[in-house]
Amino acid sequence: MFIFQFSVNFFLFLIGILGIFLNRRSILIVLMCIELVLLAVNLNFVIFSVYLDDLSGQVFSFFILTVAAAESSIGLAIIIVYYRIRGSIEVLQKISIKG
Amino acid sequence: MLVLIILLPLFGFFFGIAFGRYNGKGTCFITSLTVFSSFFISFYFFIKLLFSGTFYKVTLFPWIFSDFLTINWNFYFDSLTLGMLIVITFISTLVHIYSIEYMKEDPHLNRFMSYLSLFTFFMLVLVTSNNFLQLFVGWEGVGLSSYLLINFWFTRIQANKSSIKAMVLNRIGDFFFLIAIFSLYLITNSLDFDVIFSLVTLIKEYYIQIGIAKFCVLDLICLCLFLGATGKSAQLGLHSWLPDAMEGPTPVSALIHAATMVTAGVFLIIRCSFLFEYSPLILNLIIIIGSITALFAATTGLLQNDIKRVIAYSTCSQLGYMFFACGLSSYDVGFFHLYNHAFFKALLFLGAGSVIHALANEQDMRKMGGLRIILPFSYSIMLIGSLSLIGFPFLSGFYSKDVILEIAYAKYNTFGHFAYYLGVLAAFCTAFYSTRVLILVFLINTNGFRTNILNAHEGSYFFVLPLFFLTILSIISGYLSKDLFIGFGTDFWSNVIFILPYNYSLSDIEFLNLFNKILPLLVVLIGIFSAIFLYFFTLPSYFNYKQTKWFKYVYIFLNRKWFFDKFIVELIGINVLTLSYLYNYKDIDRGVLENFGPFGIINNVNNTIKKVKKIQTGYIYHYMFYIFIAILILFIFSLINFNYILILFLFVMYLLF
Repeated sequence: MFIFQFSVNFFLFLIGILGIFLNRRSILIVLMCIELVLLAVNLNFVIFSVYLDDLSGQVFSFFILTVAAAESSIGLAIIIVYYRIRGSIEVLQKISIKG
Repeated sequence: MLVLIILLPLFGFFFGIAFGRYNGKGTCFITSLTVFSSFFISFYFFIKLLFSGTFYKVTLFPWIFSDFLTINWNFYFDSLTLGMLIVITFISTLVHIYSIEYMKEDPHLNRFMSYLSLFTFFMLVLVTSNNFLQLFVGWEGVGLSSYLLINFWFTRIQANKSSIKAMVLNRIGDFFFLIAIFSLYLITNSLDFDVIFSLVTLIKEYYIQIGIAKFCVLDLICLCLFLGATGKSAQLGLHSWLPDAMEGPTPVSALIHAATMVTAGVFLIIRCSFLFEYSPLILNLIIIIGSITALFAATTGLLQNDIKRVIAYSTCSQLGYMFFACGLSSYDVGFFHLYNHAFFKALLFLGAGSVIHALANEQDMRKMGGLRIILPFSYSIMLIGSLSLIGFPFLSGFYSKDVILEIAYAKYNTFGHFAYYLGVLAAFCTAFYSTRVLILVFLINTNGFRTNILNAHEGSYFFVLPLFFLTILSIISGYLSKDLFIGFGTDFWSNVIFILPYNYSLSDIEFLNLFNKILPLLVVLIGIFSAIFLYFFTLPSYFNYKQTKWFKYVYIFLNRKWFFDKFIVELIGINVLTLSYLYNYKDIDRGVLENFGPFGIINNVNNTIKKVKKIQTGYIYHYMFYIFIAILILFIFSLINFNYILILFLFVMYLLF
């Protein structure tokens, strides 16, 4: 049961990572994938909390929820501002900062 | 009072350098007076030495006071030193007086007189020292002042080159001299002459093994001393600075190349007679080198066209005589020749200076001629000097030169006979070129420029006085001091010169057969008459003869100094410069060291940074890729072994750059 649940978390995490990694189109998808990663982590915390019979995991998961919400709102805000300036939110687009 | 002999010229030097500009011609008189005073004092002590045989040693103050090494500033006045002192100070005084007139119109007269005094000072330090280190002070100081004097007209590029050449060739000899000093110190823990000379039988027992060859240390030391003397005394191999040093003013040539500097090498060998006596190998080498030098320089002098150059080569040749006299263990005869040679060579140089001065600095003999009527005084002194040089009977050169040749024959071995025949040949050449100079300058019809001849005149008293004294001495010095220096059983050299009994051959010259005794004189007469015949009576046909092909080869060969300069420049000089450019400069300094040093590192860092910069492309998904890959790799390798991360890091760096 727990093994299955952990593997689900792991694959969710992996999907999120790969989504960030392989995504070539939109920053929105990147943001979504980050949310997915955070979800997987959150889920992991909850499962571990139950598995170890310890409440602090669930406390962490609540914190992470708020952090994720804040993060996604700020990220979306940045994307909107970015879109206003550049007119596109493509990942392929070269940003002006480079080494 | 004895120290005054040495310090007075130094005072003259400082006076001339420091206050010369404030008192016009005062420097001339101060320096001349100081040098004359030092001559006077040394003459006084020389006379005292003759009567009472007293040697003096003055210790001033300690110089180096280290563990086993104690070196004081000692001034040692024995018969050899006093003999040298009167020669040096006398010639120097006359040269000082002569230069007052000769350099009258030179704006740097003060500097010139000061340098002359400095030169005299260093020479006095050289001859009066009683240890090798102090002798080396004089040795180097003499080289330094010769540099300053040859380079006196520093605006002339040729003078600069000559002085550098003199300095460098002297330094080569000095290097060997230093090696000899070091090895003597290594063995005896002392540099004092008395200690080293009393330990010579100990030094003789030291051997060093190099591979299968076994060398006597004494031989090596003597070889190094001899090479040092070779540089200073312009023997074969390191001789080429001497004729080039004629670029200095004529009084300088008279001082450096007649009485002082070149005699330092002979002096060193005479001084170290204790060492050389126990090293027959090096004595034979000295004989060979000395006699070859005598012949080489004499033959080269045959066909030189510069009046000073002829005299310079004759100096070189006479030094060869002195050297092989020393090599034949007749140090006293060598010194006797040095003594006489100083007078007549200074006379010749100063006489030549007077001729050059009269002809508005014309040195080429082909543009002289017919000066017998205009410059009768110069003619007579040059005649006496030349006759003395070629060993005309009863002039000073005769007494020493013939004794040298006879001793060479009386040695009765191969080296002695080798030296004898070469010396006789050199005597022939000496007679020839001396007569040639006289004929070309004074006797034949004039070839000079009209203005030069019209304006030619004898110098004033400042010219005449030194020349007069030198003339007198050139005539009588040999006869006067023959019994003193090389007389049978003279006690002048009480312990100063050491001759092993089985090397002693001065008494054997009494038993030579008549032919060998008379041969040098005959050869000299032949030389004189052949020169007169060729240059005076049959000059036109001689000229025709000169046009022939083979004679032209001989002429070029002798006129170009046996191509020695060419050899030295093309075989050694240019190659050394090329090598030092190619390897030292190009490959090492600007090559290896630069590439591993500043330039290489800067280039590497720049290239690396350029590559590292290219990683940051500006695409977000590239950055993401790097982040995840890095995390992934770190994660995986942290599971395996943390140490691998370093290897991995290096591998990644290698891949990237």
